[in-house]
Amino acid sequence: MTPPTPSAATPLEVIDESVEKSPSPSTPKGNESRSPGRLAWKRFRRDRTGVISAYIVIFFFVIAIAAPLIAKLYGKDPYTTYASQRPELLNAFSYPAGPNGGMSSEFWFGIEPQLGRDVFTFLLYAIRTSLGIAVAATILTTVVGVVIGVTAGYLGGRTDYLVGRIIDIVLSFPSTLFFIAFMPVIYGIFVAADDDVPTWLRATAMIILMAAFGWASIARLLRGQVLGLREREFVEAAKVTGASPMRIVFKELLPNLATPIIIQSTLMLPAFVTAEAGLAFLGVGMIDPTPDWGVMIQRGAQFYTEDLTFMLFPGLSMVIFVLAFNLLGDSVRDALDPKSKR
Amino acid sequence: MFRFLVRRVIGAMVILLIISAITFWLFYAVPRDPAMMSCGKNCTPEALAQIRSNLGIDKPIPVQFWEWLQGAFMGREYAGYGHCDAPCLGYSFANREPVFGTIMDRLPLTLSLAFGAALVFLVLGVGAGMIAALKQGKFLDKFASSASLFGSSLQIYFVGYIAMYFLVSKMGVLDQPSYTPLTENPGAWFSGLLLPWLVLAIIFTANYTRMTRSQLVEQLSEDYVRTARAKGLSQANVFFRFAWRGAMGPIVTVFGIDLGTLIGGAMITEATFSLQGIGRLAVASVNQSDLPMLMGVTVLAAGAIVFFNIIVDAVYALIDPRIRLA
Repeated sequence: MTPPTPSAATPLEVIDESVEKSPSPSTPKGNESRSPGRLAWKRFRRDRTGVISAYIVIFFFVIAIAAPLIAKLYGKDPYTTYASQRPELLNAFSYPAGPNGGMSSEFWFGIEPQLGRDVFTFLLYAIRTSLGIAVAATILTTVVGVVIGVTAGYLGGRTDYLVGRIIDIVLSFPSTLFFIAFMPVIYGIFVAADDDVPTWLRATAMIILMAAFGWASIARLLRGQVLGLREREFVEAAKVTGASPMRIVFKELLPNLATPIIIQSTLMLPAFVTAEAGLAFLGVGMIDPTPDWGVMIQRGAQFYTEDLTFMLFPGLSMVIFVLAFNLLGDSVRDALDPKSKR
Repeated sequence: MFRFLVRRVIGAMVILLIISAITFWLFYAVPRDPAMMSCGKNCTPEALAQIRSNLGIDKPIPVQFWEWLQGAFMGREYAGYGHCDAPCLGYSFANREPVFGTIMDRLPLTLSLAFGAALVFLVLGVGAGMIAALKQGKFLDKFASSASLFGSSLQIYFVGYIAMYFLVSKMGVLDQPSYTPLTENPGAWFSGLLLPWLVLAIIFTANYTRMTRSQLVEQLSEDYVRTARAKGLSQANVFFRFAWRGAMGPIVTVFGIDLGTLIGGAMITEATFSLQGIGRLAVASVNQSDLPMLMGVTVLAAGAIVFFNIIVDAVYALIDPRIRLA
């Protein structure tokens, strides 16, 4: 059940820090000695696409973190239905009265059709929600995947076999379908049938489910890497000198696994962003009135033929974010692992 | 080769069995009682018990699962419905239709969607990747590479609506997506699904271009390709019989995964284009807590993934003798 996977994202060789570091760093020889991390940073800074993408990604994260502050300075919030106070904002068909979705100096990105909320603040908070969930899911998935993968690879034998089979099964699950199917299951555990599901529970359920189906691929990759590293001389040496398994895992193995872990998580984050939005789009994840990229697109889909502007803001901002993050991921991969081919 | 396939099929059956057991247990262990829901407000304990036994959920979960399995392979007797023939996946809680029949009604659409799109993006993607690999570093290569990265950052639920807005509503070049069975009217079948195919192709092509290019570039720099050239073989011969054959493996793998995902995970595509396939069926059955239907769709989707895994393994073994012999 394990077809050989393409190694596009997989570094073909492990960076052998122990060799690069081995002459003790007290030999300057006129040149300053450079750690692998410093070398990677230098390579990354030369990559113009990567640097620009990094700025875009940072911009999105700053917006997400500072959303309440920006909204305060701007003087509006994403929940107020401005049209109910000022009916002149929408026309007789409940579409924005002004041109381009009602964009004006007061409502920068226009007004939402029907309910008349402010698109600019709604988008700010949408980015905040979506990125928050995706980041949390990425961290949780990476931690779980690393722990399971390294344990399986390091212990080997029966544990490894068992974990390998579990990974096979998890990877055979139709994951989108399971997201959709399990959300009600999780809600059902915490909330009585007729009550509303609180927003925090929706977010938590989503994060847990994403991690529950996401850990397998990173665990499989790391397991393979650890199997290779375990036989290497520097690990043998550590064992012979009486290092505890904890020390071997944290001091010998993990530093060598940093590259694949970072690469995998940069691939994971944009995937989680789009998956989260997709679920909200289907009406299974976050729901209106919680601001969310997917919720916005779902709202936009209801009246895209009449007011495309409203759909363009969440759609384009998401494309820009995902594209920038993918480019950034490529550059990080090139910087950390120059030997790998794309 | 035969033994290899048999081993794979047995492994796949075991995985499918485990997945259906887990799914069954998880879905049926939900605290929300479907009998309560269909019983309504003035529900007496007797009526509740009757509904339970009609739905077949009055027994312990392992027994229910065993009966479900029996139904799937041999057919079974249903208290409320009478006999149900061999591939019997139960009856829907929501509309009392047989699950298997409903799935079979919806499947042609999802399959048309998946295979049609797959054909388009495979041809475009591999073609563009080949051109990019041949013209390394030239304009075409750069264009194909950057276009592919852009394409893979797009989402169906955004591009789909944009395409419908411009191509259908504004310009009227393409038809509003709809489904007509192929056997009924091939022309309508084609024009109804053309837009979804193209949108899916925009998104998926990217990956194949990138992969084909990088695989071919790698293969073209191998020693055996140089040897073939040195022998004086023609450019086309070297390219297709030597380099391409070596490059095919990973592409076949990803293609198998994508086909499984397209069939088992078509919810977003079908929701975007308002098509009533397996994906919409799944979402609807979640919203209605229709467990037997959801169970049927899940097993079908997992089956599709596992099935294409086997196909990939078999194709891989055909391409690469090392795997067959190992």
